[in-house]
Amino acid sequence: MPNLKELSKKPARLTGGHRMCAGCGAPMVVNWVLKALKEEDKAVTCSATGCLEVSTCLYPYTAWKDSFIHSAFENAAATISGVEACYVAMKRNGKIDDTYKFIAFGGDGGTYDIGLQSLSGAMERGHDMVYVCYDNGAYMNTGIQRSSATPKGADTTTSPAGKVIPGKTQTRKDLTEIIAAHNIPYVAQTVPAIPGTKYMFDLYNKAEKAIYTKGAAFLNVLTPCPRGWRCDTSTELDLIKAAVDTCFWPIYEVENGVYKLNYKPAEKKPITEWLKPQGRFRHLFKPENEHLIAEIQAEVDRRWEALLHLCGEK
Amino acid sequence: MAKRVSLSGNEAVAYAMRQINPDVVAAFPITPSTEVPQYFSQFVANGQVTSEFVAVESEHSAMSACIGASAAGGRVMTATSSCGLALMWEMLYIAASSRLPVVLAVVNRALSGPINIHNDHSDSMGARDSGWIQIYGENAQEAYDNFIQAIRIGEHPDVQLPVMVCYDGFITSHAVENLEMCEDAEVKAFVGERVAPYSLLGENPVAMGPLDLPPHYFEHKRQQAEAMRNAKKVILEVAAEFEKLTGRKYGLFEEYKMEDAEAAMVIINSTAGTAKKVVDKMRAEGKKVGLIKIRSFRPFPAEELVAALKNVKAVAVMDKVDGFTGVAAPLHNEVRSALYGAAEGKIVPGYIYGLGGRDVTVNDIESVYNDLFKAIETGKYEVYNYLGVRE
Repeated sequence: MPNLKELSKKPARLTGGHRMCAGCGAPMVVNWVLKALKEEDKAVTCSATGCLEVSTCLYPYTAWKDSFIHSAFENAAATISGVEACYVAMKRNGKIDDTYKFIAFGGDGGTYDIGLQSLSGAMERGHDMVYVCYDNGAYMNTGIQRSSATPKGADTTTSPAGKVIPGKTQTRKDLTEIIAAHNIPYVAQTVPAIPGTKYMFDLYNKAEKAIYTKGAAFLNVLTPCPRGWRCDTSTELDLIKAAVDTCFWPIYEVENGVYKLNYKPAEKKPITEWLKPQGRFRHLFKPENEHLIAEIQAEVDRRWEALLHLCGEK
Repeated sequence: MAKRVSLSGNEAVAYAMRQINPDVVAAFPITPSTEVPQYFSQFVANGQVTSEFVAVESEHSAMSACIGASAAGGRVMTATSSCGLALMWEMLYIAASSRLPVVLAVVNRALSGPINIHNDHSDSMGARDSGWIQIYGENAQEAYDNFIQAIRIGEHPDVQLPVMVCYDGFITSHAVENLEMCEDAEVKAFVGERVAPYSLLGENPVAMGPLDLPPHYFEHKRQQAEAMRNAKKVILEVAAEFEKLTGRKYGLFEEYKMEDAEAAMVIINSTAGTAKKVVDKMRAEGKKVGLIKIRSFRPFPAEELVAALKNVKAVAVMDKVDGFTGVAAPLHNEVRSALYGAAEGKIVPGYIYGLGGRDVTVNDIESVYNDLFKAIETGKYEVYNYLGVRE
């Protein structure tokens, strides 16, 4: 169990002064992941094009205390894999002494969609790296367009809730499962650190495991975006709790092929608790759309049951 | 001591890679460049190099991994052709603007569509404005020599740009030729170690690839353009040093029997070999013909070319690509632009030839020279021509 007091003394490796929105979950995720680095270890961080990149590294400034590289939208995994390959060669040839860790960040657009091929390639090749997806469920940087991570029913600018079509009609892709199917050493799904929850240190613990497990590792972190979710910044973490308690976003890990449920809600809450406070789902609560909520609930139930089986909970 | 060997162009380039022993090669197979990473991965498997070979899942990732590895301070190379180069497009510009001296063997092949695996120059010519240095070579010897020199050109402190080493698919890549190879130690000494001005793995952390808004973007592009200008001098310096090592002379272009030529041809890559044959034959018949073979297309040696063409009356510019401008193909455009204001009354037609691997014979080339003589005599000629196509 990590000690919060000690962790808080560890200097942040993503500094303040970056330009992410108030209430954005991405920098929280980044800082908790980077906290898991041993202070003596160096890192090269990488970001796909997206909110995180354009807000943390504007010439001539950078918020990253470690070396950082951005090259394009769809290739953070390939880019960091090249950095890692070079490190391996240089280390082998005695050109470098320090220990480096390699961590790439991407939103769901750069990870689930345009960057999926590059991610799959890097994971399969088994580079000693961690890829962290901060999944906020849409292309937020370009103005809230739907991605394959967008939940069913969400109103986005390319899956708008209209008179005929009630928002996104498809259910979200399960990327964590896709990466688990790569049979890499470590895959985990988690949420940002929320004080007072039993899973407060889950992200930190998983980041530490991911960073210090040799080979490719992947973390999928549900990350709040108040702009896209149309929610209140002051209560956004309650929404993350709701995502966990409704089993919309289960917290689990797959270590060397073994599934483990890291948190099981004492009482599984109805999906409306996750949907209701978010403006992007408001239209679902019109009487004519009630059937959609039932469909969404059924899909969450089905996936949760399947996961319980995988985790040996059933 | 150099040794004489019989190798295909791809083998020669892969051997150069082995002798250079880069930090990282990241590549994806595509005909006709596939053999390069194939041979290289065998060198890795046999422990003949200490490089990391990254067998990526696409050319886009190949160039992305090369960018990451080069940003990490490594010496990095890859190979591709045709659609593979097209898939790298986005990353080509990023490699160049990030000033990363990646070396890329472009084994020239027609760009789809329609799909065609044979040689023309539509792939690399499409990438001519990506900010990469482009060096072209006629045969396996030149592909090998250019590849070794490319390391020094790209990594020069005044340049710091990626380099494409282009040679013709199948004709050069697969045909086995006799060539002279340097000793491993000679290559090692010639290329030295890469000294990267900034590295992700360096003493101090660095940030690369920032968002670059209007206050700075323009200055960065200006610096990039300056680096490309600097490359011209560096190409010649490196060539001079290479000549000392091997006795083989290189410049920005090669002049063949141009001394008193009245009709000349400007051409790129392997067809220059065919054309030289024609020049010899026509010279034996007393006709004053010559040839210029472009080696450096980026940077383009405009002033030098104007000087070399000063005394010719007519010059045919040969493009193994159609630019679809309706006006002129890429090389033709460059040559005419270079000659503008410096060539009053000069006859400068363009010929598009050999698309998709269509054979170009000595008769075809001779017919071009004959067109030029007719144009000199009558003053009449077509500016935009196709050679060897059924109309």
